[in-house]
Amino acid sequence: MIALMEFINFYLIPGIVLGSIYALGAVGITLTFGILRFANFAHGETMTLGVYFTWTLMQITPFHPLVILPASMLLTVLVVLGIDRLFYKPFRASPTIMVVMASFGIMLMVRSVIQFVWGVQLKGLVPGIQRPMVLFDTLRISPKHMVIIASAVVLVLLIHLLLSRTKIGKAMRAMSDSPELARLTGIGTEKIVMTTWVVGASLACAAGVFLAYDTHVETMMGFKLLLPMFAAAILGGVGKPYGAIAGGLIIGLVEELSSYPWIGTEPLLNPGYKAGVAFAIMVLMLLWRPSGLFRGRVF
Amino acid sequence: MEQSYGIFLYIISLATMGGMYAMLTLGLNIQWGFTGLFNVGIAGFFAIGAYVSAILTSPETTRHLGGFELPYIVGFSASMIVTALIAWGVGKVCLRLRSDYLAIATIGIGEIFRLILKNETWATNGPRGVSMVPKPFESLAEPYNQLMFLALVLVTVAVIYLLIEAACKSPWGRVMTAIRENEPAARAAGKNVERFRMEAFVIGCMIMGLAGAFTAQYLKFIDPNATELTTTTFLVWVMLIVGGSANNKGAILGAFLMWTVWSASEILTSRLPDDMAIRTAYVRIFLIGLALQIVLQKFPSGILPEKRPKPSGSHE
Repeated sequence: MIALMEFINFYLIPGIVLGSIYALGAVGITLTFGILRFANFAHGETMTLGVYFTWTLMQITPFHPLVILPASMLLTVLVVLGIDRLFYKPFRASPTIMVVMASFGIMLMVRSVIQFVWGVQLKGLVPGIQRPMVLFDTLRISPKHMVIIASAVVLVLLIHLLLSRTKIGKAMRAMSDSPELARLTGIGTEKIVMTTWVVGASLACAAGVFLAYDTHVETMMGFKLLLPMFAAAILGGVGKPYGAIAGGLIIGLVEELSSYPWIGTEPLLNPGYKAGVAFAIMVLMLLWRPSGLFRGRVF
Repeated sequence: MEQSYGIFLYIISLATMGGMYAMLTLGLNIQWGFTGLFNVGIAGFFAIGAYVSAILTSPETTRHLGGFELPYIVGFSASMIVTALIAWGVGKVCLRLRSDYLAIATIGIGEIFRLILKNETWATNGPRGVSMVPKPFESLAEPYNQLMFLALVLVTVAVIYLLIEAACKSPWGRVMTAIRENEPAARAAGKNVERFRMEAFVIGCMIMGLAGAFTAQYLKFIDPNATELTTTTFLVWVMLIVGGSANNKGAILGAFLMWTVWSASEILTSRLPDDMAIRTAYVRIFLIGLALQIVLQKFPSGILPEKRPKPSGSHE
């Protein structure tokens, strides 16, 4: 019983928290992949930027990060739309690999701007350590983790409503499914591209802020999430947002559970290699089923 | 006198490092320039070569695997062989998929290799790295050892250049360009696209591994920072794009030119007060990135554009 509670408290819940963060980030990656048709290397830096906007706004206002989140999402979206206009739009008609390279450059440019403006020292988003809440005597969950999981659920519901109920969401699905056919039916490409950036950047900002809320603020945090997010997108099938959410949760859980002492008393995997788990899953998926876990339509 | 001797030594070191970057750009040119493979794991393959050669040639120590003290030629050959094997494995997984997947997988290789270097302390001494790596010609007197090493690097670059030039003009090179320009057509002509791609990828990575081996011997030291994305992978990409991809002379020119710019700007910023100097280092990366974006958009063929055997309408 104690072993089970320890498993839930120290491995399962952190895994779900990490998984929700990956899931939100991976939605942006997979939408860009499906609709703009390229692997966006700068997505991690979009997250980092959102986190630093939030940190800055928290220095000048007394609010909780969740209250500030919409404002920093807006700022992040504006920057990302600016980047799209200046650096990605000229390549719309070029081979995709040109814009992949441009995004690779943007990744390092955005990071260097962050490092220049805010410095590289660690910062905390919220001060102090919170005491975990104890439920049913043994289930310990920190309020931070509850906030993160609940907010992630709300955001996922919002994405679902957007994609299934609104006209623009349906158009995005059509674009991702077949760009030529979508264009023929008169769907405005540029409007959809903009919406993709808005959704992707907002979710990236939220995911980053949740991670910073759980841990701390640093300039490499987004880049460290890039590989797990790519892995999540590939696991769920590129271009499929629901797949990316599932993929993110799976990757987060497997990463955390990989260091649980499944056999004997030693961690199954040296925690130093935790970051390699996502990569291993990705390579296996590419070998076994590059189209992702879930068969069928794009959404 | 003293000062001009210092400048002389600086120019030698500039040319030596430039030469090692030229190997990296030539390797990347085979992959990207001629075949269109997007490899962003340059740092990973570079580090594999560097560590293999460093461990095989360095003297006995308790801090990491070693004590083989093998000759340099063995170190260089082994680093190329090991890099080739790993590249083959990566290629096997990714080359049959869309180009972006290779990019994602190769950036992953770099990160995984960093994890291994940091965690397997018995073999690599972890974050502290492998030191006391022997350097060819180090027993010679002061300027001559540096000059001889520079000569070795430049001769190696020249040999690689001549080999690649010959390969690109051969039927093998024509098939590569055909695959880059129009894969279905190359396939329809009965070419085994996967095999050609694999060959280009493995050969390019081997050259990157060799460049890593040279760097480890030159600096006498290698640590996991060698897998850092900015100074290896990114800089090499900028060098190739600026110099002119699919042109081997352009690749070499880009390497020496951008290394001089990068290194000279470091001298300028290091004269600033400490706090400023650290921050302006980020400005350098930003400006190099901006240069890449401008070249990509406005001058996609670089300083020395690709020379095709026959004129054609395409200019990618």
